[in-house]
Amino acid sequence: MLHTVLDTPPVGETKAARDQTLAAYRLMLTARLLDDKYAALYRGGKIHGGVFLGRGQEALSVAIGISLKKTDIFAPLIRDAAGRLAFGETVVDAIRTYLGSALGPMRGRDGNVHRGRPLEGYLPMVSHLGAMISVVNGTLFARRLKGVSGTVGATCLGDGATSTGAFHEALNQAAVEKLPLVLVVADNQYAYSTPTSRQFVCEDLADKASGYGVAAHSVDGTDLVACLKTAGEAVARARSGEGPQLIVARLLRLCGHGEHDDSHYIDPKLKTSPLGRDCLKVAEEFLLRQQWADSATLDGWRTEVVREIEDAVAQVRREPAPDPYDEKWQAISSRHLIELHDEDSGS
Amino acid sequence: MSITYLEAIREAQSHALRDDPRVFIYGQDIGAFGGAFKATKNLARDFPGRVLDAPISEDAMVGMAVGAAIEGLRPIIEMQFADFSVVGFNQIVNQAATLFWRTNVPCPITIRLPFGGTEGGGPFHSQSIEAIYAHYPGLIVLTPATVEDAYSMLLEAVAIDDPVIFCEHKFLYYHLKADALPSEALPIGKARIAREGRDLTVVAYSAMVHEALAAAAELSAEGWEIEVVDLRSVKPLDTDTIMASVARTGRLLCVGESWPWGGVTAEIIARVASEGFGLLDVPPQRLNARDTPVPYHPNLWMAHRPTARAIAASARKILRR
Repeated sequence: MLHTVLDTPPVGETKAARDQTLAAYRLMLTARLLDDKYAALYRGGKIHGGVFLGRGQEALSVAIGISLKKTDIFAPLIRDAAGRLAFGETVVDAIRTYLGSALGPMRGRDGNVHRGRPLEGYLPMVSHLGAMISVVNGTLFARRLKGVSGTVGATCLGDGATSTGAFHEALNQAAVEKLPLVLVVADNQYAYSTPTSRQFVCEDLADKASGYGVAAHSVDGTDLVACLKTAGEAVARARSGEGPQLIVARLLRLCGHGEHDDSHYIDPKLKTSPLGRDCLKVAEEFLLRQQWADSATLDGWRTEVVREIEDAVAQVRREPAPDPYDEKWQAISSRHLIELHDEDSGS
Repeated sequence: MSITYLEAIREAQSHALRDDPRVFIYGQDIGAFGGAFKATKNLARDFPGRVLDAPISEDAMVGMAVGAAIEGLRPIIEMQFADFSVVGFNQIVNQAATLFWRTNVPCPITIRLPFGGTEGGGPFHSQSIEAIYAHYPGLIVLTPATVEDAYSMLLEAVAIDDPVIFCEHKFLYYHLKADALPSEALPIGKARIAREGRDLTVVAYSAMVHEALAAAAELSAEGWEIEVVDLRSVKPLDTDTIMASVARTGRLLCVGESWPWGGVTAEIIARVASEGFGLLDVPPQRLNARDTPVPYHPNLWMAHRPTARAIAASARKILRR
């Protein structure tokens, strides 16, 4: 089912939909402006390692993040700045991880998009695609074993990750255990430089769901309102015990794989197709058309968000970097099992 | 009463399930069937909902354990054979082993690997792969050689806040018996002097401890007294006990059932050579399986891995120098 917004909902629902859409738009805007800032810092040589942006995926990402409760589980991927903010990540934490602050959640031990706070249900991704799905399964399984009900776990992937064995194993596992998992696939037409024609041959990635016995939802990933509706429904169905839900959103990545990549290989025809629409602009036009916001308000938001990001960057740049002499260089938590030999050989 | 190495592993799991509601077991055929080796026999019946069959998905099995550990549980994963654990290698070395370092959140999971050669096992049911796991920071790698250690070290593995690779030897499953389960034990990280001697230190672990002890008995008849060190855990590695033994004997032979390239025996020789070179009267030696896949036919298999006879032959060469 492809959701579009044609019907006018009743008044009470309109108020709730309006509030959620406005909140989602502001988070999308924050994610986009954060991405712009990362890109500028990267070009200025202020970031160690890569920068991975989510341009064009903010609508889908924010939709899943905003549909979750704070007590749920969320394992985002590299293009989920918007979803991370919606789930509760602060702008400061995001910037800390990109700039390697010792005060950030990863303390300089890991960087950029590899960040999270596991004890708050916000899982830090590893680079290996598809690998977070079964970890989310484990958190959901554990909650069930502990007698905690009502939790949903969501994780995000690109089209490329659907080719991994980890994706297959974990989606099947979630189906066998009937876990409240929401798997969000951004079919953004390219996995790094590889077009989907070299990734899979089925008509729609959502077709894969029936093979696993899980529910499927297809959505236009450029349409915020449609994404909010689909994500909300999928999360509600998972929460009510209907088992895993696969969301597949079609959209176009509006940037390179990372900022090191000029994305010259992206087919120009895709850029001018409906898939190539910028979801932020689509959302903005919708808000103005509905008269849920006027352009002065939205301009004001942009100014506020830019200030928030600039203040956060300024704060983080004053924070300490990790110090190799203070670093414990211990990979295990059991202090009595740490080999002194290792410490000696490191010095 | 007597109890086998395999029964000790079952008893330790039963004990852990009984004492700690955070423990559950997940693996292939381990539920009502009781496991390919019966290491979980009756546990699904005794602990409903906590001993679960997994699909044939080693990657997802380990990933699920990591997620459950984040939620405060203490999963035990049974790999049907150590050889298949490499299908879940990514989750073990990149997810479980890095979690604490990256996030300060411990990852208390125990992954049981039935490992080592048995007659007729062949290339894919015989491997000894402790070294590849020991190579990665963030993992504890245990190799119990006795019934008592199989029991006490598995209990300790479940209690440890870090991911543990628990290598349980399939040959020892049925061949090793003890009178009773231990009430106290050496802690993990301490090696054990399995036999005292003055002429040569043989460092071994798991099934090779018993081959080394048999070789020591043979050499004793020739007038040589061999000291056998049972490592118990290969990571952490108890370098102090090894070094103290070499200080007494001046001679070192390391024995491993795994392949020679870059393994546990190489690590021990590197440490003794760099930190205790002056203790050695002759160059340290090692004996491993041959550098080929593990053969199927018993004639080939017996010549592939170290045996008591091969250990005794290597020892004689060192002792006569």
